[in-house]
Amino acid sequence: MGLLDYFISSRSKGTANVAKERLQILVAHDRAARDQPSYLPQLQEEILAVIRKYVDVDLSAVSVNYEQEDSHEVLELNIVLPDTIHQRA
Amino acid sequence: MARIIVITSGKGGVGKTTTSAALAMGLAQRGKRTVVIDFDVGLRNLDLIMGCERRVVYDFINVINGEANLNQALIRDKRCDHLYVLPASQTRDKDALTKEGVERVLTQLSEDYDFVVCDSPAGIEHGANMAMYFADDAVVVTNPEVSSVRDSDRMLGILSSRSRRAENGDEPIREYLLLTRYDPQRVANGEMLSVDDVQEILSLHLLGVVPESKAVLNASNAGVPVILDRESDAGQAYNDMVSRYLGEDVPHRFLNPEKKGFLSRLFKG
Ligand SMILES: Nc1ncnc2c1ncn2[C@@H]1O[C@H](COP(=O)(O)OP(=O)(O)O)[C@@H](O)[C@H]1O
Ligand SMILES: [Mg+2]
Repeated sequence: MGLLDYFISSRSKGTANVAKERLQILVAHDRAARDQPSYLPQLQEEILAVIRKYVDVDLSAVSVNYEQEDSHEVLELNIVLPDTIHQRA
Repeated sequence: MARIIVITSGKGGVGKTTTSAALAMGLAQRGKRTVVIDFDVGLRNLDLIMGCERRVVYDFINVINGEANLNQALIRDKRCDHLYVLPASQTRDKDALTKEGVERVLTQLSEDYDFVVCDSPAGIEHGANMAMYFADDAVVVTNPEVSSVRDSDRMLGILSSRSRRAENGDEPIREYLLLTRYDPQRVANGEMLSVDDVQEILSLHLLGVVPESKAVLNASNAGVPVILDRESDAGQAYNDMVSRYLGEDVPHRFLNPEKKGFLSRLFKG
């Protein structure tokens, strides 16, 4: 370590705190996904298939969220429709 | 009845095999009858770390398939009477590890040994699942790095949902954290996650912190588990780990950079 590096490294904060923040978000996300009922991905696919009969949307248009609260579970379904809805022939 | 310990991580290259060899040797040196099993079918290397690669005749898969019995396959360590190695197959596929076969071997070993240490392959696939399924204790080996900590957390989820203990509703697997390749100087510089950072996320029982050490490569070059290098920092950290695992209260070492004078830091770095 040179003289300059010594003073720089003792001043700059480094990237460990960035790593920690990213990890906290990642792990929270992973854990939430893990605690979901295992039927969710299938449910999402089937709902998507039904919607696609009528509207042209892609996978990301349908999100299924599951949250556990004290005494009950919340299943939240969010469907984003395209700006102009194309009827299928 | 043996206690079955899995050394696991999710991520590869974090130090599972190094740790398996160290823990098995450390337990055996304390008089515990110990077997260490290589579950990394197709990529065996525990035998290299243990220095017994030229004595492998039969392997774990041979025993599972009934092509050899356990006594033919177990390799007795030349340095320590209580230690045996069960090598993995180099040629077979991981699918050869059937749940029934693994269970049969572990049950048989349980009768004669105090500890069975299972060196898990990387990943969360079949091989890793077989290594952890029957475990009583799990040592989650983690490096202070984003992907490793994340994988460890995923592995904890699997341990608590897809193990025999979880499926039978028994007392859960005891989970321990071993942080390895720790560089206290980089932590002090704010360049590396600290023990506390990692613990804030995983909050496990901390079994030890093994510093990044040149002794580990030296040991693997020579086929001598690093725990036998009593002079080295990593060897001492692993010895402390074994004592803690056996219930001794040993303070953590190697958490802070070696104290250097201002001048030597300037010129040596
Ligand atoms: N504490 C350490 N210091 C330096 N190198 C290490 C340390 N622990 C492991 N290594 C090195 O990291 C590599 C992977 O180690 P290994 O035990 O084979 O990991 P895994 O079994 O998890 O794949 C090896 O080259 C090993 O020498
Ligand atoms: Mg390995």
